[in-house]
Amino acid sequence: MTDTTTTAPQAQKRKLNFHLLGPLFALIALIILGACLNSNFLSYGNVTNVLARSAFIGIIAVGMTFVITSGGIDLSVGSMAAFIAGVMILSMNSLIPIMGVGVPVIIMGMLIAAISGFAAGWLNGFLIAKVRIEAFIVTLGTMGIYRSLVTWLADGGTLSLSFDLRGIYRPVYYDGIFGISWPIIVFAAVAIIGEITMRHTRFGRHCSAIGANQQVAVYSAIKVNRVRIATYALLGVLVGLATIMYVPRLGSASGSTGVLWELEAIAAVIIGGTALKGGTGRVWGTVIGVLILSLIDNILNLASIVSPYLNGTIQGVIVILAVVLQREKKTAD
Amino acid sequence: MKRREFLTTAAVAGAVGTVAKTANAQEITHRIGVAIPSATHGFMGGLNFHAQDTIKRVKETYPQLDFVLATAGDASKMVNDIEDMVATRDIDALVVLPFESEPLTSPVQAVAEQGIWVTVVDRGLSVPGIEDLYVAGDNPGFGRVAGEYFRENLQSGQKIVVLRGIPTTLDNERVDAFTAALDGSGVEILDMQHGNWNRDDAFNVMQDFLSKYSEIDAVWAADDDMAIGVMEAIAQAGRKEEMWIVGGAGMKEIIGRIRDGDPQLPVNVTYPPAQISSAIEMTALGLVSATPVSGRFIIGSQLVTPENAADFYFPDSPF
Repeated sequence: MTDTTTTAPQAQKRKLNFHLLGPLFALIALIILGACLNSNFLSYGNVTNVLARSAFIGIIAVGMTFVITSGGIDLSVGSMAAFIAGVMILSMNSLIPIMGVGVPVIIMGMLIAAISGFAAGWLNGFLIAKVRIEAFIVTLGTMGIYRSLVTWLADGGTLSLSFDLRGIYRPVYYDGIFGISWPIIVFAAVAIIGEITMRHTRFGRHCSAIGANQQVAVYSAIKVNRVRIATYALLGVLVGLATIMYVPRLGSASGSTGVLWELEAIAAVIIGGTALKGGTGRVWGTVIGVLILSLIDNILNLASIVSPYLNGTIQGVIVILAVVLQREKKTAD
Repeated sequence: MKRREFLTTAAVAGAVGTVAKTANAQEITHRIGVAIPSATHGFMGGLNFHAQDTIKRVKETYPQLDFVLATAGDASKMVNDIEDMVATRDIDALVVLPFESEPLTSPVQAVAEQGIWVTVVDRGLSVPGIEDLYVAGDNPGFGRVAGEYFRENLQSGQKIVVLRGIPTTLDNERVDAFTAALDGSGVEILDMQHGNWNRDDAFNVMQDFLSKYSEIDAVWAADDDMAIGVMEAIAQAGRKEEMWIVGGAGMKEIIGRIRDGDPQLPVNVTYPPAQISSAIEMTALGLVSATPVSGRFIIGSQLVTPENAADFYFPDSPF
């Protein structure tokens, strides 16, 4: 009896570690595969490209980690990003006559993006926590609403940022400091702050507690509704931040902006080891999940070993494998 | 059921604007139903614009005509729209751009069997002979015209990359005709990947092409939305001087740049979203007069050059 009790936690600890590191192994395997298939894979240009284009989904996925950890889900983020991008472009264009072409207009645009992100996220959270509608249904509804609103704003076409403003705003995506472009820096900062918030703050622990057992959380005097709404509002602000990084890239938004971003963000969160049913969240895992997803696309483009029709199949297989790698170790005992 | 019809009617009233007013002012003799996909991307946005614009214009010319316009986000919604038009709006003619060929074939066939005139636009039905009039762009021609331009303007041994659309028959027809036109020219197609007629996807694919190939002389982006993404990726890599790009479909921003002689965008190939206007006008003409309009009307894909670009520039269209 005494023997089993002393060895059990140790064995569990070792297995837990392996389970934890599953996504990391998958990422390393992908990097090795990519380096073998194409010598340009590890070049500075390619690495920067992949990291910069991961930034949008990455910033959103960090926020999504908090939502999922507290037992929620948000399907509206892709449409929300498109809508915010549309609002941001329209308002910046209309501010030119008042404020002139210059940095202040860009800053106003950024503020508008952050505020509309906060408002949109807060509304989701309010409907879920206070009106008590299923998160899935609320965000499915807002997903449709934002998507059709941006199509309406763009009159079915594309909203483009005024050409003069683009010149000023463009460096936000393409430039950086020390050779690292801004989207990468912002993504890294969001990930680090997210990791600290999740692990070392009261807010992070409350998210886990609510996701693990809402009833117990209520009895522990956690203000469940307030934390819930805060997770959605935080996600909304991060969607706004992602949009701030996205708009300077192509300077446009349309009905096809951000299609399926919500699923990519959710997939990244789950690949990273956060439980879809809530309770445990891992921000650094989410970052790895995002990198895995964008590396798959990149490797398929660089290698062109299979018919492009099969890209989706390969993505699906790798996503499932990455999750199996961690789940297998968990269910082995 | 009730509510759906209400919504469709409301949408129609909102889109066409003056249905009720004209209906009161003049005796309506014929009613035409127009069913098209909703404006989810640039090309369909342009098509929606031209549909509404044409309906307004035709109603002014022929006050005895009434229109019912419905836009659908998926194939089953489109089937519902068409059923509603037949059951509750008593249409005399249907102009339809099938969302997908297979699911729309039998519902449209049922409409035709009731003696209603059917005009099919752009995407054919999977059973031939249902429609009275077929109006479409020329997909193989779209690829061929682009291919011939590449053949004439590149030397043997020069290298190009191709961005394809969403994997569909339509895309296959274009790409097959493009490669056939290049056959034997010695121009090397380095790679083809799907950019899904989407700016962001095209941007990513082009970034990867640029990392992978140190020498690219030209890009067939096959669509103007994709061309925009491709141009940004090339600008980022600082390789603007090395290669030119041919898009397609005639987006106004791109046509504008061709008109202004942008060396990066020498030409464009049309695939006009205004083909819906041809279909509506011809259907209306067939109803109000004895003009024969049955048969097939294929709109050729034309090469837009700096000289003729002004003819293809529509400042009011969203596309």
